[in-house]
Amino acid sequence: MEHIVIIGNGIAGVTAARHIRKLSDKKITIISAEADHFFSRTALMYVYMGHMRWRDIEPYEKGFWKKNRLELKKGLVKNVDTASKTLQFSEADSMNYDKLIIACGSVTNTFGWEGLDLNGVGGMVSKQDLEDIEKFAPNNKECPNAVIVGGGLIGVELAEMLRTRNIHVTMLVRENAFWTNALPAGEAEMLSRHIQSHGVHLRHETNLDKIIGDENGNVKGVILKEGQEEIPCKFVGITTGVKPNIQFLKDSGIDTDRGILVNRKLETNVEDVFAIGDCAQQRQTIGNRAPVEAVWYTGRMMGEALAQTICGKSFEYNPGHWFNSAKFFDIEYQTYGWVQPKDRRKDSEAQFHWKCTSDQRCITVSYHKETGEFLGINTFGIRMKHEVMDQWLNEKRSIDFVIENLKQANFDPEFYKKYESEILSEFKQNQPITT
Amino acid sequence: MSAIQRNMSLTGEPPKSINTLQKIATLIGLSGLVIILLAGFNLEFPNKPLWLWVALFAITAGIVLFAKGAYANKHEGIKNDGIWFKSITSRGYLAWVTGILLTSFYIVLYFFPQFLGLNEKGDNTGIISFFDPLSKMLSGNPASQWFVYGTLYTVAIFSFGIKFIWKYRNNRYEKIRTISVMFFQTAFAFLIPEFMARMNSDSFNLPYYDLKNIWPLNYYNFEQYRVDSFISSGDVGIGLLIFGVISIFVITPILTYKYGKRWYCSWVCGCGGLAETAGDSFRQLSDKSESAWKIERWVIHSVLVFVVVMTTAVISTYLGYDSEKYWLTKDIFLIGVAVFLTVLFAGIWFFKREELKKDARYGAIGYLVIILALMGMHFTTGKTLFLFEAETLRQSYGFLIGAIFSGVIGTGFYPIFGSRVWCRFGCPMAAVLGMQQRLFSKFRITTNGGQCISCGNCSTYCEMGIDVRAYAQKGENIVRSSCVGCGICSAVCPRGVLKLENGPLEGRIKGNDILLGNDVNLMEYVNN
Repeated sequence: MEHIVIIGNGIAGVTAARHIRKLSDKKITIISAEADHFFSRTALMYVYMGHMRWRDIEPYEKGFWKKNRLELKKGLVKNVDTASKTLQFSEADSMNYDKLIIACGSVTNTFGWEGLDLNGVGGMVSKQDLEDIEKFAPNNKECPNAVIVGGGLIGVELAEMLRTRNIHVTMLVRENAFWTNALPAGEAEMLSRHIQSHGVHLRHETNLDKIIGDENGNVKGVILKEGQEEIPCKFVGITTGVKPNIQFLKDSGIDTDRGILVNRKLETNVEDVFAIGDCAQQRQTIGNRAPVEAVWYTGRMMGEALAQTICGKSFEYNPGHWFNSAKFFDIEYQTYGWVQPKDRRKDSEAQFHWKCTSDQRCITVSYHKETGEFLGINTFGIRMKHEVMDQWLNEKRSIDFVIENLKQANFDPEFYKKYESEILSEFKQNQPITT
Repeated sequence: MSAIQRNMSLTGEPPKSINTLQKIATLIGLSGLVIILLAGFNLEFPNKPLWLWVALFAITAGIVLFAKGAYANKHEGIKNDGIWFKSITSRGYLAWVTGILLTSFYIVLYFFPQFLGLNEKGDNTGIISFFDPLSKMLSGNPASQWFVYGTLYTVAIFSFGIKFIWKYRNNRYEKIRTISVMFFQTAFAFLIPEFMARMNSDSFNLPYYDLKNIWPLNYYNFEQYRVDSFISSGDVGIGLLIFGVISIFVITPILTYKYGKRWYCSWVCGCGGLAETAGDSFRQLSDKSESAWKIERWVIHSVLVFVVVMTTAVISTYLGYDSEKYWLTKDIFLIGVAVFLTVLFAGIWFFKREELKKDARYGAIGYLVIILALMGMHFTTGKTLFLFEAETLRQSYGFLIGAIFSGVIGTGFYPIFGSRVWCRFGCPMAAVLGMQQRLFSKFRITTNGGQCISCGNCSTYCEMGIDVRAYAQKGENIVRSSCVGCGICSAVCPRGVLKLENGPLEGRIKGNDILLGNDVNLMEYVNN
């Protein structure tokens, strides 16, 4: 029986395993050094916040793995020998594979600052990171102050976590508002205000110089590049993005760049070795997508596509329209298609922006300046139907159509106040606004 | 790297648990309870009505102020911080103390009302007599243990309802729904029956009737004493009796068809009302495992069969044999029940068989065969219907289901098993509505394309123990008979994935195992 070995039990690897099982009887082994069972990485924050226990963020009951004959192996792969199709583990044992799927995810991306190795400095990516946060920032007595470096999705989650234990949080953001490398200015500024309203000390246009420690190797503060100002703290969260976790592949002969290089079929340069999820890097970029996509959904989609290929029905990874979502403290965010921030915006892209007087919700719709074609939408505080947005993008609807029919896409709970008519009248009055 | 999975909740340290306002609120609320408790020791209060009002007001104010302290200074939004760290909400010491106290209260209430001061022969004493002034004001009669319970129950739904609204003030569905349960409890369960009692006289004698309490939840509604008093109360009484029948056979199916069982379970019902308000802090304690779901299906449907059998037996005992006196005789009634059950079963089997799981099919066939066989034996051999005396059945049901299951376990164990144990495992009304909801309803919870991140908030906060995530992460609609439509899964979802909806029947249950977002051809290929 063919043995499929999957390195990594995150969403990409587990999705691939599930779908291979549905399609075949192959022997499947899933390897992880991080956790005994698959868990929802995006839900790590809720464990620290006390919304859920560890077992609540595991999507499958313990019997699931046995029932579906998915073998689990706890171990850290040290080396991949592609010639003999063998994996070597750090505990000196080994395992043979017929086909290998690398889905080993990401690690925290840093910029080589001084002091990264101090106790109390870490990211928020893995289970072990969470355990460290629990250890170094258990409450506001042991950790009255924390500093978060980087204004992005993980940074704001970490801020929300620490605030639930009344730890004072200073967030260092290089840009002049929160997450401006992904969001248009109006949205970024609204989020900055919301984050500040939750007691986070948001320092815009501020850069980390180095992290300083005490004689015991524990962090005691950070020094800013701006004026060498010192901020004392007991915990430093590094949330300046993630990068593929590919250190162990150095001598494997598998081509890597930032990530593991794959073609559209998710094949690496070595036969029978595939890579999916955060650790994969597309040789050819797909549309506006980044070559390395560290997103839950793309990991899942790559797993779905690869399972078909592995089971004999060759499929390219061909994702549909871009979509994503997040939550910033109390404000939910969804995006469909492309709404580019200023730096990445093409001349042909125009945007219509509406913001509610509550300063808690807004939308931005992007469209082609000349043709009026709908290109994408960001919504904050209003839920949208994925299916409808996907369809409108497929049908290349016009911006006018989208704004006029926005009600059809609304996915807010029953009895919620609707804002579509307000949005429509503002659109009619002020179109088009481009910033 | 440790091989041990540390349960982080054990190491978590929440911020200082309660603030000053909450401490004051606790003092006020508990002093209200203490006043009532002192009344239990027959302390003679100088001005009883005043002290009763003081006590009830203090309890309400305590709860409301506590909520103010907890939520007023926070942003609108989801407030589950520290739920699994706090003793009361994570089966800690306070949870056990509360559970034991509540359970003891129910045992006294159901089985030893004399300890509350009930006196069959003379004037009440103790706590019950403490409530006399209020009861006399409303119905003109002295209080009973049920009046005391009803008053405290209403105070709980009302004040914890305010807490709930404060907590979920970002969510209009939750606010409106909670106002609805507060209204139905206060008006229908508490005030109207008392006023109805005031109208009673020697010639007009309506039984205590909470109009929204429908058979089979109200399992005693068709017992002889009640039917007799309905009939003796003229047109109004007959009207109410007919209302009781059409409630379950006409109104219920129509409303459940249009809105799902939520119209009752989380908008109207008193048991549901208490679970949603006072029980809200315990919703995360429900068991989400598949084995719990299996137990749930067997237990709840067994209770339903039990109540059908018991009611049939009880009604048949007071019906006569002589069709000249009254058209509805014992035989006609029994044959009618048998025909009704057979037709109902055949209809479901014919139209909806594909939607029943294997154990549901076995269960349905098994129960039908048993009921029909027992009736057959009754007619052929003349044995006692259902092998037991109707009175024995009635008493066992009242004791096991009416008191122990719905009261002692269902509510007393809130802090241990979660708030909807009765609704999920025991309530026969929920079983009827659940069948309607699963098979004949427009209601469903829809999932949003491919946006689910499997985080588990929906499943964790489902009070009915539905593993919502298992559906959401596959992009499947949630059409479960147990869903009471409380809307909390949708509220706590961080990615806007879930929505409660009433929509067309086509495509209501869909099992596409590929989520939106991927290659269109791949999705089509996998779905075909």
